[in-house]
Amino acid sequence: MFANFDFDVIIRSLPYLFYDGMTFTLSLTAFATMGGVIFGTLLAMMRLSGFAPLSILAAGYVNLMRSVPLLLVIFWFYFLVPYIGQWITGAPRPVQVGAFVSSFVTFTLFEAAYFAEIMRAGIQSIPRGQVAAAQALGMTYFQTMGYVVLPQAFRNMLPVLLTQTIILFQDTSLVYVLSITDFLGAASKVAQRDGRLVEMYLFAALVYFVISYCASLLVRRLQSRIAIIR
Amino acid sequence: MNYNWNWGIFFQTSPDGVHTYLETLLLGTGWTLATALSAWVLALAFGSFVGVIRTTPYPWLVRLGNAYVELFRNIPLLVQMFLWYFVLPEVLPTAAGDWLKQLPDASFYTAVVALGFYTSARVAEQVRAGILSLARGQRMAALALGLTLPQTYIYVLLPMAYRIILPPLTSEFLNIIKNSAVALTIGLMELTARARAMQEFSFQVFEAFTAATIIYIVINIIVTFGMREVERRLAVPGLIGAKPAVATH
Repeated sequence: MFANFDFDVIIRSLPYLFYDGMTFTLSLTAFATMGGVIFGTLLAMMRLSGFAPLSILAAGYVNLMRSVPLLLVIFWFYFLVPYIGQWITGAPRPVQVGAFVSSFVTFTLFEAAYFAEIMRAGIQSIPRGQVAAAQALGMTYFQTMGYVVLPQAFRNMLPVLLTQTIILFQDTSLVYVLSITDFLGAASKVAQRDGRLVEMYLFAALVYFVISYCASLLVRRLQSRIAIIR
Repeated sequence: MNYNWNWGIFFQTSPDGVHTYLETLLLGTGWTLATALSAWVLALAFGSFVGVIRTTPYPWLVRLGNAYVELFRNIPLLVQMFLWYFVLPEVLPTAAGDWLKQLPDASFYTAVVALGFYTSARVAEQVRAGILSLARGQRMAALALGLTLPQTYIYVLLPMAYRIILPPLTSEFLNIIKNSAVALTIGLMELTARARAMQEFSFQVFEAFTAATIIYIVINIIVTFGMREVERRLAVPGLIGAKPAVATH
C-alpha cells in the first residue's frame, strides 16, 4: 500500500505548506477568534439587555448565523463585502477586496454568533446578587460588566472559548472554496501539481490532527487548573 | 447599491434545459436532506456503539473508543471528505479502488460515509455523557438482578440515556444538515452547490443565496419544532427538564 509512497514530495513542499499555508491558517484563526470574542461579547450583552429591540436584533443575528452552513456564509460575504465596502466608503462601484479580506470578515462575523452563545452562558452563570451589589456600590452598567461580570464570565468560559477556537481552526480549512492558500489549500495545490494526492492529504490530516489534539489536551489541563472551587 | 435585483429569475429555465432555477434549488434540498439523513443513521449507529464501549468496565475498549473519538474530532471535516474521496480508492487494492471510483453517485456515498463517521464521534461523546449522567446504582442494580452487561445497556441504561441526551442530539442533527454543504467540494450537487451554480450561470448572486438561506432556515425551524415536541413527549418524568404532570379529572 505504501510501496510507492513519496515522502520526498512532502519534504520538498514543507516551506510552502508552513510558511505560506499555515501562516495564513493561524493568522485567520487568531484574528477571527479575537474579533469574534469581542463582537460576540457585545452580542451577548445586547441579547441579555432589557431593551427589546437590541435583544431581538442580537437574537436574530445569532440564530440566523447558526442556522446556515459556514460555506454558504463564506459565499455570501465573498459577494456581499464589495457592496458593503461601496456603501461605507461611498465609492461609485463595488470595492474589490479580494478573498483574503472577505475571509477575515466572514470568519469574524460568523464565529461571533457562536462566541456570543458561549459568552451568554458565561454571563448567565454569574449570580444575580453580584450585579445588584455592584449597582448598590454606584457602578454604571458598563462598570458592572467590565469590572465584575465579564472577568468572571471569561474565566468560567475560557475552556469552552478555547475549544471553540480549535473548531474555528479546523473550520478555516473551508476557505479552500475561495482558492485561498491556507494550509489545506497549499497541500491541495501541491497534490494536484505533482499528482500526489495520497501523500499530501494524509500529511495534511496528520498535521491538523496533531495540532488540534495537542491543543485540546492543553485545554483539558487548563480546565482543571483554573476551575473556580466553590 | 447598484445591483439589479431580478426575483423572476427563479422561474427561468436553468442551463440544464429542463428545470427552472427554483426546481434546481429544490432538487439540491433533496440531496441535502438525503445526505444528512443517511449520514445520521450511520452516525447514530456508530456513535452509540462507540459511546457505549467508552463506558464499559474494560480499559482497552475504553481506550479504543477514546482513540476513535479523538481521531474523527481532530481532523477537519473537509480533510476527512478528501481522505475518503481521493485517498481511500488509491490505497485500496487496485480492483476495489477502481470499483469505488466508477460508482455512480460516488460523491453522495462518500459524503454520507465521511459525514457519518465525523458526526459519530460527536454522537459518541453525547451518548457517553448521557450514560455517565445516570446514577451508578442503576447499572449495579441491573447487574445484581442477573442481567448480562449487554442486557443492562439495552434495557436499563440506554433507554434513559437517549431520553436525557435528546436536546444535544437535536443540535447534532442540525449540524449534520449544515455540514452536508461541505460535500460540494467533492462534487455533490446539494443545496449550497446549487445556489453557487445558479449564481454562476444567472449572475443573480443575492437572489440565489437568499433562497438557499431561507430554505436552510425553514429546515432548521421544522426540525427544531418537531424535536421540541418529541423531547416534550419523551422527557423523563420527575427531571427538571420535564414539565410537571398536569392533574386530570
